[in-house]
Order: sequence, then structure tokens, then C-alpha cells
Amino acid sequence: MSKQAQHWEKTRGLLIVTLAIWFVFSIGIFLFGAEMESVGGPFGYPLTYWFTCQGSLGIFVILIFWFANRQEKIDEEFGFSEKGDD
Amino acid sequence: MIKGNFIDNLPRVYGIYTGGFLAFIIIMAIAEQMGMTAKAIGICFVAFTVAIYAIIGYLSRTAQADAYYVAGRQVPTVFNGMATAADWMSGASFVAMAGGIYFKGYGYMALLVGWTGGYVLVASLLAPYLRKFGCYTVPDFIGTRYGGNLSRFLAVVVLTVASFTYVTAQINATGTIASVALDIPFQYAVYVGLVSILLCSMLGGMRGVTWTQVAQYIVLIIAYLLPVFWISNKMGAGFFPHFMLADEVARIADLESQFGLGTVTNSAADLATVPKGLAGITKAHSAVNATPWAFISLALAMMMGTASLPHVMMRYFTTPSVKAARKSVGWSLFFIFLLYSSAPMLATLSKLSLIDPNLATGIIGKSISEVQAIDWYQNWNQANLMFVSDFNGNGTLELNEFFMGGKAVVLATPEIAGLPYVISGLVAAGGMAAAMSTADGLILAIANALSHDLYYKIIDPKAETAKRLVVARVLLVVIGFAGATIAAMEIQGILGSVIWAFDFAMSGLFFPLVLGVWWKRANREGAIAGMALGLASGMGYLIWVRNGGSGFLGITQLTFGIFGSAVSLVSMVVVSLITSEPDAATQKMVDEVRVPSGKSILGKQH
Repeated sequence: MSKQAQHWEKTRGLLIVTLAIWFVFSIGIFLFGAEMESVGGPFGYPLTYWFTCQGSLGIFVILIFWFANRQEKIDEEFGFSEKGDD
Repeated sequence: MIKGNFIDNLPRVYGIYTGGFLAFIIIMAIAEQMGMTAKAIGICFVAFTVAIYAIIGYLSRTAQADAYYVAGRQVPTVFNGMATAADWMSGASFVAMAGGIYFKGYGYMALLVGWTGGYVLVASLLAPYLRKFGCYTVPDFIGTRYGGNLSRFLAVVVLTVASFTYVTAQINATGTIASVALDIPFQYAVYVGLVSILLCSMLGGMRGVTWTQVAQYIVLIIAYLLPVFWISNKMGAGFFPHFMLADEVARIADLESQFGLGTVTNSAADLATVPKGLAGITKAHSAVNATPWAFISLALAMMMGTASLPHVMMRYFTTPSVKAARKSVGWSLFFIFLLYSSAPMLATLSKLSLIDPNLATGIIGKSISEVQAIDWYQNWNQANLMFVSDFNGNGTLELNEFFMGGKAVVLATPEIAGLPYVISGLVAAGGMAAAMSTADGLILAIANALSHDLYYKIIDPKAETAKRLVVARVLLVVIGFAGATIAAMEIQGILGSVIWAFDFAMSGLFFPLVLGVWWKRANREGAIAGMALGLASGMGYLIWVRNGGSGFLGITQLTFGIFGSAVSLVSMVVVSLITSEPDAATQKMVDEVRVPSGKSILGKQH
């Protein structure tokens, strides 16, 4: 397999992991909105309420930075990262 | 100001700017104490901030195509994040969102999840690859990846339909705020708003818009957070509201059952006396009040729409590298998160101030005549944003007898909570900044697509740079005026048209963009079918439902993009598979897009 194909395979793997996490916190948990309601969440908010106004949003921010770092590592591993810094 | 080392000096330039703005707020507060009228303060806030944006717009003037279209591709990660956040958060986010949460609770908060979760799709599926491509506009990518004028043209059509729907709402919002702050009729205020918008983008294109958007973000985030923290502290709810309002949320739930929310309802005849556009509290504040599918379908439509809206995508064309584009998406969402996570807190504080009888500001349970004598009630009643009526004739205000406009949650809460007027002036400036920055991004997206893709790439490929930029600027003004004219007619509410824009964008562009990178087999015929049938079926569904159609699968007029994009996906895959695969050159192009290093597909000047 060429270097480029391997790079793309890893990139695609990272995409699947990223989208899986995204799916859980944007769609998956809200299938159980009513069930999570009576559960206490962080800072004493009802869990469903906390996810909609802070939890999911914050997880997305962290997820994007995590994704960006992982993708940079993959690019470096195969020598595809850009020269120079941003 | 914009010289060679401007980029290196950015933190200092915007640091001084932020300090200057805070000093201006303090000066206004002192002026208020010395007897400056509320009206004069409002005018000062709006005039001062708009003048600054105009100066930035003038200083960023340019005659170069890559500066005009993509700000010279040198906007640093964090600053591009701020600019994107301002580009993204519109008058709807700033003025209407907290109100929506206040009235509709959980079901509405799907928008919070949708409008943030979409950035994960932007970061992982699209932004870095489109940055590597080196395009000026979104149709530029479609036109080059799939080839042919028809695919490029269809992308321009989808972009224009979605962005134009969106921009009329934003010009409407600037008009509303300008008319209140400057005290002029709405029909004229719309054009005052428009001129302010054009001042930022006319001369400098994307470069001008970038640096004004950063300035606008700073104004809007201060204007949103300061009242939230202030009210929370004043009320004794906690010095950091985001982590400390659990008791208040629980208290609202108690009050809701105490006041008979959901059991005491108004007769149709009573409701007919309530002024149009005002609503009472009929939904629980924090309890789950929507079915999983209603919540998820709205969130999903907004997420896919986010990843298809060209005015957001083109912000990532301005970063120096692919790596920076990815990081920049993270920063964008961080800056958006600061405001979005505060909106539910503002809604909570606003609702509690109004309904809790234990608080001095609470009005429920007071006598109707007492409420009608309150200063702020009279002001906002006159502005047609508040209304009380003694339906049951007991002389006391009940929860179901109090009505408010959605905008009042952001605009009136500072006054209700007893904050000085200077805060209301600040909020007006923030709302103006939010609506202007989004309108600028949208008008520029449309004008650039028409000037670059339609005029230069399709009609006159030999046009010189100077002529192209003249065309771009003329189109900017024409589109702005067309938008303002439609906004002045006030056809559709601000929030409704914003949500439609997302649905239009995802119907026509989501899959052609994503598959363009992720599926090599996608070809021109498939993309054409995907765009044309996706947009047509989404639009058809909307028209059908608007005209009394029953819809299916619980897809409403707010989520019609789910149907449109499904049609788009199926038709694109089917048509691609029954026609021949893309030629070797195109496949090689896709391979190159997939790695960050190496030259961009399109040259620096194209």
C-alpha cells in the first residue's frame, strides 16, 4: 500500500471515531432525554438540561481540538504536514 | 495601520481596542449619572461602534484579488475564530435565542446543540480540505472538483437561495435595532443598517470584513456576558451563573407547578386580545417537553446546515495553512460556546426576575394596576413587547396573564433587573454588531460567488483583476439593496428565515461538498443531480407544508432540509454510479486534496 493510501486510511479511521463521539453527544443521548431528566447532572442541574446548555456544547469544543491534534500527528507520521508554522 | 507587520501586532491592536471600548462604556456610565438621557446614550453606543467598524473597513481597502476574496490567506487561527464567531452569531443568536429558550424550553434548545455540533462536521469533513483546495468561494470548489459550468452554476444558485434568505433576516435585525436606538422609522432604519454594513465590506472585501468581524465579536460578547454576570450577582444567584444556577432552575420548576402551568389555560377569545407576536409562558423551563425525534431532527438539520453554509466555510479559506484551518474551527466554536452557554442562563435569570414573588422585581401575584404603573412595564408595553390583562377578573396578575415578545428577554431584562441604562445601550450595540457581522459575511458570500464564479469563471474568463473587483463591489451594493428592500417588507420573522437558510443550504450543498472530498467516484452528473434535485425537493416540501400539506416522518417546515438532503444523497449516489467515473486528472486532484502538504489545487491568483 502506498504511503498516501495508508495516510488516508488512518485519516478515515480518525474521522469515524470523531463522528462516533459527535453522534453520541449530538443525537444518541437525546434519544433518552426523558429518561435522563430525573438524573442529577454536574453543578446540580438536571442531566438533560445540562447537556443541552453546556455539556454537549463543551464536548464539541474539546472534540474538535482533540481531532485537530490527532490529525496533525497522522500528517506528521507520513511526512505530509505543512512546512512552517501557523 | 494595515502594514506589513499588522498581523504580528494583532493582539496589541485589539487589546487597545477592547480597552478603549471598556473606557467608552465607563464614560457613558458617568455621563448617565450626570444626567445624559437614555436616548442620547443609545445613539452614542450605536454611532460610536458603527463608526469604528467603518474606519476599520476603510483602512482595510485593497485592490488585490486574493486580499479581496480571502483576506490574503494570512488570518491567524485565534483571530479567524473570533471573526467566524461573529460571522456565525447573527441577530437571531444575539436577540432571539434567549427568548426562544425562555418560551419554548427544551424543544428549542435543540438549536443550541445543532448550531454547535455542526462545527464538528465542518472541522472533520470539510474545512481543511477546502482550504487545501485553495478556492476563493464554495462554488469554486464544486466547479473545479466536478468540472463544467453547470455544476458551478448550480452551486451558485443554492448558495444564493440560502444566503439571501438568511441576509434579509439580518438586515431586518439591524433595522430593528437602529430604529429603536436612533428613534427613526423602521423603513428608513433598514437603509441606515445597510449603509453601515456596506461600509465594512465595500472597500476591503474579505479583508475588511475579517478585521471588522473581530472588532464586532469583542463588542457583542462583552454586551452579552456583562448583563448576565451582573444580573446574577445582583440577584444573589451566584457570581459565576453558568455553574451556579441549579437552585434557580429548580425554583422555576417549583413556581411553574405552583402557578398551574399547563393546567390554567386561556380561552381563544382572551388570547385574541393579546397583541400579535407576544407570547405567554406555556412550556416548562427545564423539563423535557419534546419527543426525541422532534429534538434530534431539528438538531440534525441545523448541524448539516452549518456544514453547508458558504459564508461560514469561506472564513476557513483565509487561514495561512490547512493545519490552521482545523484549529481555527475549534477556536470558532469556543468563542461561540461563550455566548451560547450563556443564553440559557440569561433566560433563567430573566424568567425568575419576572415570576418569583420573593424577588422585588417579580410581577406575578402583584395587582394588575401595580404592574401597569411600573416604569419599565410602560416602556416595553409601548414598544409592543409586553402586555398584561386580567382575564379572570381577580385583579391579580397570574402567570397565564403575562405576555412578552421574544426579543424582550435580551433587550428588556437589564432594565427589569434594575441595571443602569448604559447596559441597555451596550446591548443595543451588541445586537447591532451581531446582525451586521453576519449580514456582511452573507452579502460578501453572494457577491463573491456571483462575481468570481458567474462573471469571471463563466461569463468573462479574460476579465482583468481591476474589472473583476469593480463587478464584485457593484454586486455587493445591488445585493445589499435588494436584501434591504425585501427586509423592509417584513415578510417572515427573523428566526424563521434563519432556520430556512440552513435547510436550503443542506438540501443542495451538504452531500455534493462532503462526497467531493470523501468519495472519489462522485462525478459531475451525480453532483448536478444532487444539487438540483436536493434543492428542488427541499423547496417543494417547504411549499407543500406551508400550503397545508401534512408532511411525513415528522419533518416540519423547520427541518425540511432532512428530506432535501436525503433526496440529494440518493440521487447523487445513483447518478454517479450509472455514469462513468471521473477522469484520472480529477481522481489525482482528490488525492492531492487529501494531504495537507504540497501546493494548493488552485493557484494563488486564479
